[in-house]
Amino acid sequence: MTLGEIRDILQCEVLTEGDDLSLDVQNVVASDGMSEILAFARSKELMITGLTNIQAVRTADIAGVSAIVFCRGKRPDARVVEFAKKKRVPIFVTRLVMFDICAILYNKGLKGVS
Amino acid sequence: MPAELMRESYPIQGGDFDTAGEISGELKTILRDLGIEAGSLRRIVVVAFEAEMNVVMYARRGTLTFILTDDAVDLEIRDDGPGIPDLELAFQEGYSTASDEMRELGFGFGMGLPNMRKNSDDLRVETEVGKGTTVFARIRLDAHE
Ligand SMILES: Nc1ncnc2c1ncn2[C@@H]1O[C@H](COP(=O)(O)OP(=O)(O)OP(=O)(O)O)[C@@H](O)[C@H]1O
Ligand SMILES: [Mg+2]
Repeated sequence: MTLGEIRDILQCEVLTEGDDLSLDVQNVVASDGMSEILAFARSKELMITGLTNIQAVRTADIAGVSAIVFCRGKRPDARVVEFAKKKRVPIFVTRLVMFDICAILYNKGLKGVS
Repeated sequence: MPAELMRESYPIQGGDFDTAGEISGELKTILRDLGIEAGSLRRIVVVAFEAEMNVVMYARRGTLTFILTDDAVDLEIRDDGPGIPDLELAFQEGYSTASDEMRELGFGFGMGLPNMRKNSDDLRVETEVGKGTTVFARIRLDAHE
Protein backbone atom coordinates (compact mmCIF):
# COMPACT_ATOMS: atom_id res chain seq x y z
CA MET A 1 0.00 0.00 0.00
CA THR A 2 1.14 3.52 -0.59
CA LEU A 3 1.32 6.09 2.19
CA GLY A 4 -1.52 7.93 0.50
CA GLU A 5 -3.74 4.83 0.58
CA ILE A 6 -2.86 4.25 4.23
CA ARG A 7 -3.80 7.85 5.01
CA ASP A 8 -7.20 7.34 3.38
CA ILE A 9 -8.05 3.94 4.81
CA LEU A 10 -7.16 5.03 8.37
CA GLN A 11 -8.94 8.39 7.92
CA CYS A 12 -5.82 10.26 8.90
CA GLU A 13 -5.18 13.91 9.26
CA VAL A 14 -1.77 14.68 7.75
CA LEU A 15 0.37 16.93 9.94
CA THR A 16 3.54 16.70 7.85
CA GLU A 17 3.68 15.24 4.40
CA GLY A 18 7.30 14.29 3.95
CA ASP A 19 8.59 13.80 0.42
CA ASP A 20 6.45 11.21 -1.27
CA LEU A 21 2.97 9.92 -0.42
CA SER A 22 3.19 7.42 -3.29
CA LEU A 23 5.89 5.50 -1.42
CA ASP A 24 4.98 1.80 -1.16
CA VAL A 25 4.86 0.26 2.33
CA GLN A 26 4.78 -3.48 3.06
CA ASN A 27 5.70 -3.81 6.72
CA VAL A 28 4.58 -2.26 9.98
CA VAL A 29 6.15 -1.78 13.42
CA ALA A 30 3.67 -0.92 16.14
CA SER A 31 4.87 -0.15 19.66
CA ASP A 32 5.14 2.44 22.40
CA GLY A 33 8.69 1.25 23.11
CA MET A 34 11.32 3.16 21.20
CA SER A 35 13.95 0.42 21.48
CA GLU A 36 11.36 -2.04 20.25
CA ILE A 37 10.77 0.07 17.13
CA LEU A 38 14.52 0.22 16.58
CA ALA A 39 14.87 -3.54 17.06
CA PHE A 40 12.42 -4.38 14.29
CA ALA A 41 12.64 -1.58 11.75
CA ARG A 42 14.75 -2.51 8.72
CA SER A 43 13.82 0.27 6.35
CA LYS A 44 10.73 2.13 5.25
CA GLU A 45 8.33 0.39 7.61
CA LEU A 46 5.24 2.21 8.79
CA MET A 47 5.53 3.11 12.49
CA ILE A 48 2.39 3.12 14.65
CA THR A 49 2.61 4.49 18.16
CA GLY A 50 0.64 6.20 20.92
CA LEU A 51 3.63 8.27 22.04
CA THR A 52 3.63 11.76 20.57
CA ASN A 53 6.78 13.23 22.12
CA ILE A 54 9.89 14.42 20.33
CA GLN A 55 11.59 11.10 21.04
CA ALA A 56 9.03 9.29 18.89
CA VAL A 57 10.04 11.42 15.90
CA ARG A 58 13.71 11.06 16.79
CA THR A 59 13.29 7.27 16.86
CA ALA A 60 11.44 7.33 13.54
CA ASP A 61 14.33 9.23 11.96
CA ILE A 62 16.97 6.90 13.40
CA ALA A 63 15.00 3.80 12.38
CA GLY A 64 14.39 5.19 8.88
CA VAL A 65 10.64 4.48 8.89
CA SER A 66 8.47 5.79 6.06
CA ALA A 67 5.89 7.55 8.25
CA ILE A 68 4.43 7.71 11.78
CA VAL A 69 0.78 7.06 12.54
CA PHE A 70 -0.30 8.45 15.92
CA CYS A 71 -3.28 6.50 17.19
CA ARG A 72 -6.27 7.33 19.43
CA GLY A 73 -6.41 10.90 18.09
CA LYS A 74 -3.32 11.88 20.03
CA ARG A 75 -1.68 15.00 18.61
CA PRO A 76 1.94 16.01 19.02
CA ASP A 77 2.60 19.62 19.99
CA ALA A 78 3.79 22.21 17.47
CA ARG A 79 7.45 21.80 18.35
CA VAL A 80 7.30 18.09 17.59
CA VAL A 81 5.59 18.72 14.25
CA GLU A 82 8.24 21.31 13.38
CA PHE A 83 10.96 18.77 14.15
CA ALA A 84 9.26 16.14 11.98
CA LYS A 85 9.14 18.62 9.11
CA LYS A 86 12.83 19.28 9.46
CA LYS A 87 13.60 15.54 9.48
CA ARG A 88 11.15 14.96 6.61
CA VAL A 89 9.17 12.35 8.56
CA PRO A 90 5.49 12.24 7.52
CA ILE A 91 3.07 12.37 10.45
CA PHE A 92 -0.49 11.01 10.27
CA VAL A 93 -3.03 11.27 13.09
CA THR A 94 -6.04 8.94 13.26
CA ARG A 95 -8.83 8.57 15.81
CA LEU A 96 -8.63 4.77 15.49
CA VAL A 97 -7.04 2.74 18.29
CA MET A 98 -3.88 0.69 17.79
CA PHE A 99 -5.73 -2.64 17.61
CA ASP A 100 -8.10 -1.48 14.86
CA ILE A 101 -5.32 0.16 12.87
CA CYS A 102 -3.31 -3.06 12.90
CA ALA A 103 -6.33 -5.16 11.97
CA ILE A 104 -7.23 -2.92 9.03
CA LEU A 105 -3.70 -2.90 7.67
CA TYR A 106 -3.27 -6.65 8.22
CA ASN A 107 -6.41 -7.31 6.22
CA LYS A 108 -4.90 -5.24 3.42
CA GLY A 109 -1.89 -7.55 3.33
CA LEU A 110 0.61 -5.60 5.38
CA LYS A 111 2.78 -7.63 7.75
CA GLY A 112 4.67 -7.16 10.99
CA VAL A 113 8.42 -7.60 11.26
CA SER A 114 9.92 -10.38 13.36
CA MET B 1 45.43 -0.56 10.94
CA PRO B 2 43.36 1.05 8.16
CA ALA B 3 43.83 4.79 7.83
CA GLU B 4 41.43 7.11 9.62
CA LEU B 5 39.46 9.18 7.14
CA MET B 6 37.53 11.16 9.71
CA ARG B 7 37.23 11.46 13.48
CA GLU B 8 34.77 13.55 15.47
CA SER B 9 33.85 13.79 19.16
CA TYR B 10 30.67 15.21 20.65
CA PRO B 11 29.72 15.86 24.28
CA ILE B 12 26.54 14.19 25.58
CA GLN B 13 24.56 15.92 28.33
CA GLY B 14 23.03 13.54 30.87
CA GLY B 15 19.43 13.94 32.03
CA ASP B 16 18.30 16.12 29.13
CA PHE B 17 15.48 14.25 27.38
CA ASP B 18 14.63 17.12 25.08
CA THR B 19 17.88 17.02 23.17
CA ALA B 20 18.51 13.31 23.79
CA GLY B 21 19.45 11.59 20.57
CA GLU B 22 20.50 14.79 18.83
CA ILE B 23 24.07 13.64 18.29
CA SER B 24 23.02 10.39 16.66
CA GLY B 25 20.60 12.35 14.47
CA GLU B 26 23.43 14.63 13.42
CA LEU B 27 25.71 11.65 12.82
CA LYS B 28 23.08 10.24 10.47
CA THR B 29 23.07 13.43 8.40
CA ILE B 30 26.87 13.52 8.22
CA LEU B 31 27.26 9.87 7.24
CA ARG B 32 24.42 10.03 4.71
CA ASP B 33 26.05 13.04 3.08
CA LEU B 34 29.28 11.03 2.90
CA GLY B 35 27.39 8.43 0.87
CA ILE B 36 27.43 5.56 3.41
CA GLU B 37 25.16 2.75 2.16
CA ALA B 38 21.68 2.70 3.75
CA GLY B 39 21.92 -0.65 5.62
CA SER B 40 25.24 0.19 7.28
CA LEU B 41 23.99 3.69 8.01
CA ARG B 42 20.95 2.36 9.86
CA ARG B 43 23.09 -0.02 11.93
CA ILE B 44 25.56 2.72 12.85
CA VAL B 45 22.91 5.21 13.95
CA VAL B 46 20.89 2.60 15.89
CA VAL B 47 24.00 1.67 17.89
CA ALA B 48 24.90 5.34 18.40
CA PHE B 49 21.36 6.26 19.44
CA GLU B 50 20.95 3.44 21.97
CA ALA B 51 24.34 4.22 23.50
CA GLU B 52 23.62 7.96 23.54
CA MET B 53 20.24 7.36 25.22
CA ASN B 54 21.88 5.21 27.89
CA VAL B 55 24.29 8.04 28.71
CA VAL B 56 21.39 10.51 28.90
CA MET B 57 19.37 8.16 31.11
CA TYR B 58 22.03 6.77 33.44
CA ALA B 59 25.05 9.10 33.47
CA ARG B 60 25.71 12.78 34.11
CA ARG B 61 27.66 13.30 30.95
CA GLY B 62 29.71 11.55 28.34
CA THR B 63 31.20 11.76 24.87
CA LEU B 64 30.49 10.06 21.60
CA THR B 65 33.38 9.62 19.21
CA PHE B 66 33.13 8.22 15.71
CA ILE B 67 36.00 7.17 13.54
CA LEU B 68 35.55 6.47 9.86
CA THR B 69 38.00 4.21 8.05
CA ASP B 70 37.96 2.63 4.60
CA ASP B 71 35.85 -0.33 5.60
CA ALA B 72 34.23 0.44 8.96
CA VAL B 73 32.89 2.97 11.44
CA ASP B 74 34.12 2.73 15.01
CA LEU B 75 31.96 4.24 17.73
CA GLU B 76 33.21 4.96 21.23
CA ILE B 77 30.67 6.18 23.79
CA ARG B 78 32.25 7.02 27.12
CA ASP B 79 30.54 8.24 30.29
CA ASP B 80 31.47 8.92 33.89
CA GLY B 81 28.20 7.59 35.28
CA PRO B 82 27.58 4.93 37.93
CA GLY B 83 28.85 1.98 35.88
CA ILE B 84 27.05 -1.35 35.38
CA PRO B 85 27.37 -3.81 38.29
CA ASP B 86 26.30 -6.92 36.34
CA LEU B 87 26.99 -6.65 32.64
CA GLU B 88 25.57 -10.06 31.74
CA LEU B 89 22.29 -9.14 33.42
CA ALA B 90 22.24 -5.73 31.70
CA PHE B 91 22.52 -7.45 28.30
CA GLN B 92 19.44 -9.58 28.97
CA GLU B 93 16.51 -8.49 26.87
CA GLY B 94 13.91 -6.85 29.11
CA TYR B 95 16.23 -6.04 32.00
CA SER B 96 16.00 -2.36 32.88
CA THR B 97 16.53 -0.04 35.82
CA ALA B 98 14.83 2.88 34.04
CA SER B 99 12.63 5.24 36.07
CA ASP B 100 8.88 5.67 35.58
CA GLU B 101 9.53 8.97 33.82
CA MET B 102 11.80 7.25 31.29
CA ARG B 103 9.22 4.53 30.71
CA GLU B 104 6.54 7.10 30.03
CA LEU B 105 8.80 8.57 27.36
CA GLY B 106 9.01 5.19 25.63
CA PHE B 107 12.30 3.95 27.06
CA GLY B 108 13.24 1.30 29.59
CA PHE B 109 12.27 -1.78 27.58
CA GLY B 110 15.67 -3.31 28.25
CA MET B 111 16.44 -3.61 24.56
CA GLY B 112 19.16 -1.00 24.09
CA LEU B 113 22.20 -3.16 24.78
CA PRO B 114 20.77 -6.16 22.84
CA ASN B 115 20.04 -3.79 19.92
CA MET B 116 23.62 -2.53 20.01
CA ARG B 117 24.97 -6.07 19.94
CA LYS B 118 22.67 -7.08 17.10
CA ASN B 119 23.61 -4.11 14.93
CA SER B 120 27.37 -4.11 15.36
CA ASP B 121 30.00 -6.50 14.05
CA ASP B 122 32.04 -6.12 17.20
CA LEU B 123 30.81 -4.76 20.53
CA ARG B 124 32.76 -4.37 23.73
CA VAL B 125 31.63 -2.74 26.98
CA GLU B 126 34.08 -1.70 29.67
CA THR B 127 32.51 -0.62 32.93
CA GLU B 128 33.50 0.04 36.52
CA VAL B 129 31.05 0.75 39.31
CA GLY B 130 31.44 4.34 40.52
CA LYS B 131 33.67 5.27 37.58
CA GLY B 132 31.74 4.91 34.36
CA THR B 133 31.09 2.94 31.21
CA THR B 134 32.58 2.86 27.71
CA VAL B 135 30.98 1.18 24.73
CA PHE B 136 33.17 0.28 21.74
CA ALA B 137 31.35 -0.74 18.59
CA ARG B 138 32.54 -1.51 15.08
CA ILE B 139 30.16 -1.56 12.13
CA ARG B 140 31.56 -2.74 8.81
CA LEU B 141 30.62 -0.79 5.73
CA ASP B 142 30.16 -3.62 3.25
CA ALA B 143 26.49 -4.37 2.65
CA HIS B 144 25.18 -7.01 5.07
CA GLU B 145 22.26 -7.60 7.37
N1 LIG C 1 25.92 3.84 30.36
C1 LIG C 1 25.31 3.20 31.38
N2 LIG C 1 25.59 3.53 32.66
C2 LIG C 1 24.99 2.87 33.70
N3 LIG C 1 24.09 1.88 33.54
C3 LIG C 1 23.78 1.51 32.27
C4 LIG C 1 24.36 2.15 31.14
N4 LIG C 1 23.87 1.56 30.02
C5 LIG C 1 23.02 0.61 30.45
N5 LIG C 1 22.96 0.56 31.81
C6 LIG C 1 22.16 -0.38 32.64
O1 LIG C 1 21.82 -1.50 31.84
C7 LIG C 1 20.38 -1.65 31.78
C8 LIG C 1 19.97 -2.19 30.42
O2 LIG C 1 20.28 -1.23 29.39
P1 LIG C 1 19.49 -1.28 28.01
O3 LIG C 1 19.96 -0.13 27.18
O4 LIG C 1 19.62 -2.64 27.42
O5 LIG C 1 17.98 -1.09 28.45
P2 LIG C 1 17.25 0.22 29.01
O6 LIG C 1 18.10 1.43 28.75
O7 LIG C 1 16.90 -0.04 30.43
O8 LIG C 1 15.92 0.28 28.15
P3 LIG C 1 15.82 0.68 26.58
O9 LIG C 1 17.22 0.72 26.04
O10 LIG C 1 14.99 -0.39 25.95
O11 LIG C 1 15.17 2.02 26.55
C9 LIG C 1 19.86 -0.26 32.09
O12 LIG C 1 18.54 -0.28 32.58
C10 LIG C 1 20.87 0.22 33.14
O13 LIG C 1 20.59 -0.32 34.40
MG1 LIG D 1 18.88 1.76 26.80
